[in-house]
Amino acid sequence: MDTMRDRFIAITAELLDSDPRLAVVLADISAAGFADAAVRHPDRVVNVGIREQLLIGAAGGLALTGLRPIAHTFASFLIERPFEQVKLDLGHQGVGAVLVSASGSYDWPAGGRTHMAPGDVALLDTLPGWNVHVPGHPDEAEALLRHATAAGDSLQYVRLSVHANRQARPVEPGRFLTVRRGSGAVVLAVGPMLDAVLAATEGLDVTVLYAATVRPFDAAGLRAALGDRADAVLVEPYLAGTSAQAAHDALADLPHRVLGLGVPRAEHRHYGSIPEHLAAYGLDAAGLRQRITGFLG
Amino acid sequence: MTTATHPLRPGQAPYGFADLPELLSRMTGAEKHGPAATSTLDALWVLYDRVLRVTPATVEDRARDRFLLSKGHGPMAYYAVLAAKGFLPPELLASFGGYDSPLGHHPDRLLVPGAEIGSGSLGHGLPLAVGTALGLRAQGLHDPAVWVLIGDAEFDEGSNHEAVAFAGAYGLDRLQVVVIDNSSATHGWRGGIAARFETEGWSTATVDGRDHEALHRAFTTPHPGRPHAVVARVEPKNS
Repeated sequence: MDTMRDRFIAITAELLDSDPRLAVVLADISAAGFADAAVRHPDRVVNVGIREQLLIGAAGGLALTGLRPIAHTFASFLIERPFEQVKLDLGHQGVGAVLVSASGSYDWPAGGRTHMAPGDVALLDTLPGWNVHVPGHPDEAEALLRHATAAGDSLQYVRLSVHANRQARPVEPGRFLTVRRGSGAVVLAVGPMLDAVLAATEGLDVTVLYAATVRPFDAAGLRAALGDRADAVLVEPYLAGTSAQAAHDALADLPHRVLGLGVPRAEHRHYGSIPEHLAAYGLDAAGLRQRITGFLG
Repeated sequence: MTTATHPLRPGQAPYGFADLPELLSRMTGAEKHGPAATSTLDALWVLYDRVLRVTPATVEDRARDRFLLSKGHGPMAYYAVLAAKGFLPPELLASFGGYDSPLGHHPDRLLVPGAEIGSGSLGHGLPLAVGTALGLRAQGLHDPAVWVLIGDAEFDEGSNHEAVAFAGAYGLDRLQVVVIDNSSATHGWRGGIAARFETEGWSTATVDGRDHEALHRAFTTPHPGRPHAVVARVEPKNS
């Protein structure tokens, strides 16, 4: 199977052929993958080198001229490093962009902390207007990228990962999908967390919702999925609790409980593999089951 | 011209350079203005009066020249020039900094008629200008010029250096920078600011920032295949 990043490169090259508004800005990462597209569209595929402040600033300038920029690099260098540019050169200027990240929270554990960005979604939560997509499969990534690039001049973040579920789901931006129906609590799995959540909740009387888009947060979908108790467990592949406030807001008029699971805030000074890190974070099926059953009692 | 009752009424453009102190005084409340408030005034005037092909009627025209004020600090001179050229009503100037005023102590492009960018945090204008030049080129708009004004202390910000190196390597020849050099950078620029641009392949000129003819010559110097930087030297900020 191709990775989400492979699919992003392939689909974006195709979209460049059909949509004259699109322009891709790179900072060396994935530049080789875009080499053919750059030959066909030399003015709309621009690699600025390892210059991430310029990556976002140039995207803002492209948007000021009426184009629809797509800026791409690893999440740590797309959101965290040039965060003030994300704040001021896009939203504050009243222009939109599509930011597409790779590597996410734990895609390259041997690369260590410098290449991990578990806080990216939480950072974007401090800014107005951002749509955040966390696909769990390359097919979902393709659908969400097509949606994001065509979504006017809006602010769209598509967070790609090599961690994926076995099968794609029919995702709709802004809507949570019901994957398993129960009569008790709701467990919301975000993006690549779905397979582990399904395994962890096997035999439990819970409803499993799936989110490949977390902003906007489908509050109505969460409400509609509640069973006989207003308990929600969130399982996110980035900083634990990132969507907890959104869940609390959705349930504000009910006595309710929210458990936010995800990547812990503490630095994890180990290398190794993705499965080893997921297990260490308590995000493998066994760890999830223990914490979910502990919470639900 | 020393009074608050200026003989020119709103709408009676054109204003001349000699009218700018009165327009400034509506924001500052003072009749005389020190070098800090006016360091950009001459360069802004020469650009808007003789160089930029943009008018209040063409602010939405795809083919207009763009001027990006990166150094958003001390925007009174900018607002005064925009008012003198009819982009915003001169009677707005007195509201400078007020709650309902569109004229903040740093400009917001969504509020100020004619402002291409919002600025204030230093080092954002030049990368935005690079993207603007790229965007115009990608749409086959090879004629519009993109100007950006920065300060010599603002040049400390590393984002400028990302943009300078890239624009030089890329040969963004519709990009022009004017650096207002009032010697305010804490550690200075040994060898001069222009050298930083020259090294990256830019065309450069260093001129007296109060000399309108010299500014105009520098602003209109041809620079085929290369971006262009004009360093406009004015009185040191702390002199």
